[in-house]
Amino acid sequence: MRFLRMRPGHGEQLIAEGDVEVAEEERALVEEFRRQLEAGMWAAVPVTSDAGRRRATMVHAFDEIPRETDRVIFFPRAAGGAR
Amino acid sequence: MLAALVASAIVVIALLWEACIPFFERCAKRLRARRQARAEGIPAYDPGRERRAEQRARELLRSCVNDEEWDMYRDLGLLRVWGGQTGGPEEGWDLGGAPYAYLVYPHKPIVAYLPQTGQLLNEYCVEFPDETRPYGSVRLPDSDDVLAKWMGIKGDEQRLISSANLHLPGRQIDPRKVARDLWRLRQWERARLERAARAPSRASGSGQT
Repeated sequence: MRFLRMRPGHGEQLIAEGDVEVAEEERALVEEFRRQLEAGMWAAVPVTSDAGRRRATMVHAFDEIPRETDRVIFFPRAAGGAR
Repeated sequence: MLAALVASAIVVIALLWEACIPFFERCAKRLRARRQARAEGIPAYDPGRERRAEQRARELLRSCVNDEEWDMYRDLGLLRVWGGQTGGPEEGWDLGGAPYAYLVYPHKPIVAYLPQTGQLLNEYCVEFPDETRPYGSVRLPDSDDVLAKWMGIKGDEQRLISSANLHLPGRQIDPRKVARDLWRLRQWERARLERAARAPSRASGSGQT
């Protein structure tokens, strides 16, 4: 599983990578996930349905990430724009 | 004669000076901003870096959205994303079951509209500011901004919409531009359908020869 984070002036950046089946790596991923959410990020998992349609699922906890997911994308939380 | 020439020269110089003042002010402002950024340790603006960032963002967007959506963004510079809530974009709405959709532009408000009639519903102004400002700016690359909106709508439409500032249509995006974009979108879809219809017949035609 890879954690990608959108960055200004950079595009996506690989911030963590690990195998969720390996306890130590999973722990590191959980910590990184928590750190990103505490830093104000939103996390989304791109999903492809059985019919081939693509969508995204927002995840709020590490447990909500499907185990087979290849990547989780972090991006800054939405804020109201120009008033 | 000489006095007249000198007077004319003075007037010309004064007029030129007046015309040049904004230019010099802009130069001084840029210089000050550059000095301040250097003092704060922010790397200077690098167009190459921004282009590479946008290229990366486009690849990520492409890998996440449907082929049709990617083609739409590549060709038109916008995405149409169908709304998924029963009543409408916001709680308390009742569109009578009519489907609604959003036009997603990079770094512009999301525009909700009714595809059947083209009626604009609202503008939702939303940003994704990265306060860590890695290169001095909070703005994501264009395609990342579009992808963030797409994921927000697909993943948790209500949350995204409630985070946005709501405006009536026309506040930031000219309704004539939106109408033009909707027309372009219809044309694009028609051409795409025609291409798709021609493709199998061409394939079967080539199979016969």
